[in-house]
Amino acid sequence: MTMNSLARKHEPRRVIPKEERAATSAMIASLAAEGYDTVSAPFGHALAEAARKDDRIVGLTADLGKYTDLHIFAQAMPERFYQMGMAEQVLVSAAAGMAREGFLPFATTYAVFAARRAYDFIAMAIAEENLPVKIVCALPGLTTGYGPSHQATEDLAIFRGLPNMTIIDPCDACDIAGMVPQLVAHPGPVYSRLLRGKVPSVLTRHKPDYKFQLGKAQLIREGADVLVVSTGFMTMRALDAAVALERDGIGVAVLHCPTIKPLDTATILAEAGKSGRLVVTAENHTKVGGLGEAVAGTLLSNGVTPSFRMIGLPDDFLEAGALPTLHDMYGLSVAKVAEQIRGWL
Amino acid sequence: MTEQSRVAALSNVSLERRAWNIRRKALLMGEVQGQGYIGQALGIADVLAASYFHALDYRAEDPEWEGRDRYLLSIGHYAIALYAVLMEAGILPEEELETYGMDDSRMPMSGMASYTPGMEITGGSLGQGLGIAVGMALGLKRKRNPAFVYNLMSDGELGEGSTWEAAMSGAHHKLDNLICLVDFNDQQADGKSTEMLCSEPLGDKWAAFGWHVQRVDGNDLAAVVEAFDAARAADHVGPRVIIFDTTMCKGVPFLEAREITHFVRVEADEWSKALAVLDEGKPA
Ligand SMILES: Cc1ncc(C[n+]2csc(CCOP(=O)(O)OP(=O)(O)O)c2C)c(N)n1
Ligand SMILES: [Mg+2]
Repeated sequence: MTMNSLARKHEPRRVIPKEERAATSAMIASLAAEGYDTVSAPFGHALAEAARKDDRIVGLTADLGKYTDLHIFAQAMPERFYQMGMAEQVLVSAAAGMAREGFLPFATTYAVFAARRAYDFIAMAIAEENLPVKIVCALPGLTTGYGPSHQATEDLAIFRGLPNMTIIDPCDACDIAGMVPQLVAHPGPVYSRLLRGKVPSVLTRHKPDYKFQLGKAQLIREGADVLVVSTGFMTMRALDAAVALERDGIGVAVLHCPTIKPLDTATILAEAGKSGRLVVTAENHTKVGGLGEAVAGTLLSNGVTPSFRMIGLPDDFLEAGALPTLHDMYGLSVAKVAEQIRGWL
Repeated sequence: MTEQSRVAALSNVSLERRAWNIRRKALLMGEVQGQGYIGQALGIADVLAASYFHALDYRAEDPEWEGRDRYLLSIGHYAIALYAVLMEAGILPEEELETYGMDDSRMPMSGMASYTPGMEITGGSLGQGLGIAVGMALGLKRKRNPAFVYNLMSDGELGEGSTWEAAMSGAHHKLDNLICLVDFNDQQADGKSTEMLCSEPLGDKWAAFGWHVQRVDGNDLAAVVEAFDAARAADHVGPRVIIFDTTMCKGVPFLEAREITHFVRVEADEWSKALAVLDEGKPA
């Protein structure tokens, strides 16, 4: 499969035989769980739970309640749910207004529409005022086969540039359930990516006592040859690749870094400073301006200079198609993560 | 073949039959993926039939012909419906129907200009089409090109502020070559448009913005055709809008009855059932 281009649209295509077909992963599809147990709508349930204890909490969405698991909250407390219609700018502006009046708004949409359409409103009405609005967004990075209109490949870069913003890219159901009360406790604005629907439980499988901690990177597994610093569901991919590489005698440590900003530089420096390991970052995001460059900047400015590589999306508008195909094509699948690491050793 | 000879050659096919063909192709594409925006395609089929087989000027063999009327699909998720009519019009080859939404297809689930002949813009980030249409209408006027620009949008897009910026802009610039088509199916992702962010009284809003306004039953082909004629001929120094009240899943009653129609669930065995129901009503 080659990159689509204006010229290619005039080339006829062949019909894929029925038995080889992979359907486009629609936005209602959950992220493939690949052998992990799943939890249904962890965000919606955690928010309803938090709201029972804190009546400042309100939920707002821009016609994507069902698609961000906020419908669970809406069903639990309908009088604290605001359906704003498909209007992302007023979604975040109104959330800012409610925060000014003492409420604690959780606003949901897809990552692309918060990062792109609503950005100026988030910057000025929320971030500049340091208001406690929590923006929680589904379809992070490459999690839909719909093409660039729905693929939020640069949201982390956009929000990293925004002062006051705390940024989170959770890996699994445990991260999502764990982060909600900590977002409530955190006084400032937050942008968090979201996995929704049936969300895999990954981290406690690899580290039974794992608990999400806002602002902290945590070592999920040890390994002598490679240190992967990963975020979002790429931690799941890194862990699965680590298991595969272990069979080849390659030891891969995985440092999960769900908080992108502020970055846990102390932990990253300590782990990357252990000599002899190749350091690899892994993110479901363009290599421009995401975790990889943040880690690289941290290491260089502190005089820590291991061999360093980045796994992430290319600086391109991505293709449409089936998600497994796209993850393979862009290097995010377990097989491709393992292959890239092997190639760098 | 020129557009005139094309129209002549095809004129023995009724618009009802065109609409039926569009619905049938959309169902076949939906079956390929096992999912899709079928409710939208069935609902808008009559408007698309009138668009491509009555109102629009284009050349099937040269979809980028400079003289064509521009037809913008702001609602990228309606791509399945546009592919159906592009195939019906001979702009896309019917042999590719079964590539819909597949890897390396020219017919991705969300419409994109770079993938598909006849797809003017990349829609899908909703609320962008009308602004682009304003610019194209301005551009055509500068070029003294008499073509029309049509923007097909949804009731959900009426929630986006950008729609109303463009509406004000189109009127300010007196764009009488701009025709906006609103599919009012009273449906969005989370529920009924009128219950989520109500845009009524919708006709009055457009009129207050300076537009020539019509509101018709979008599943009544005769009324749709008349509305297109009236929009083009209107003695009005400014843009025109037609609001089409449509029924989601029109033509397949058991799907029409479903409560959730934005992304209507169709079980594997129901596709053939839906096709059979449609076939019963096959027009001449
Ligand atoms: C700017 C933007 N916000 C949100 C979405 C997600 N989305 C896709 S379709 C849709 C519903 C929009 O309403 P409408 O087009 O009337 O829905 P339909 O009639 O197809 O059910 C939404 C919210 C989007 N594509 N673009
Ligand atoms: Mg609608």
